Amino acid sequence: MTSIPMADGLILGGILFALGLVGLLLRRNLLLVLVSIEIMLNGAGVAFVAAGSRWGQADGQVMFLFILAAAAAEVSVGLALLLTYFHRRQTLDADSVNEMRG
Amino acid sequence: MTNLMEIAFFAAGAVAVIATVLAITRLVAVHALLYLIVSLLAVAVVFFTMGAPLVAALEVIIYAGAIVVLFVFVVMMLNLGAQAHEIERKWLAGRAWIGPVILSALLLAEVIYLIVRAPASATISSISTPKQIGLALYGPYLLGVELASMLLLGALVGACHLGRASKSRREARQ
Repeated sequence: MTSIPMADGLILGGILFALGLVGLLLRRNLLLVLVSIEIMLNGAGVAFVAAGSRWGQADGQVMFLFILAAAAAEVSVGLALLLTYFHRRQTLDADSVNEMRG
Repeated sequence: MTNLMEIAFFAAGAVAVIATVLAITRLVAVHALLYLIVSLLAVAVVFFTMGAPLVAALEVIIYAGAIVVLFVFVVMMLNLGAQAHEIERKWLAGRAWIGPVILSALLLAEVIYLIVRAPASATISSISTPKQIGLALYGPYLLGVELASMLLLGALVGACHLGRASKSRREARQ
């Protein structure tokens, strides 16, 4: 049997979430902004699984499956939008998106 | 055995954090994606050591296997030039990173303080079998599964529509 402290699992999830937040604020490439959102969702998933395993319930892992579904949906729509934008402007710079008018 | 699992947890957690730091600081998108794969595989090991083997397998199959492959395909289609790297280098080299890092570090410090201050030092010592997860998924969480299926259907239709729209616009331009 394993005996990992739950606090360490939660802290790992928090560190991953914070790193994703830094990437989200820092990067100017829209593709890497989407990657940072994936990292944040992954960190939240780590916290869910750690807390679920603490009480021996499957609920945390069920929540991770829902996060997985949300991440897949978000990435597919996000990448389709990104491709559409790139075909219009030939750039992925987030600072140039404010020129869009409808 | 217990000791081994703990060592595996901390080693995989360290690998995940280091790979994530490298992923968010790479200039070239493909390098960042490869480090993201390393990070996701390390998180899968973390899930396994926390007694969640099904979730560990799904992390490898869906995150590292499907979502990151989607990103890699998009990078191949976009063919970003040196200009994009130059913009990223300008942002990463300047002072722009100080603000986000300080704000995120403050929030993280607060979260860690709250977690460490909690009285009971509980340990994870249970393993959830796929059977338990399946029973929970199609029992109390059935409505959530239905909603997730609707969300995925909506994402499919949306991505399909956006892809077709950009394609027809390109053809009209030519």
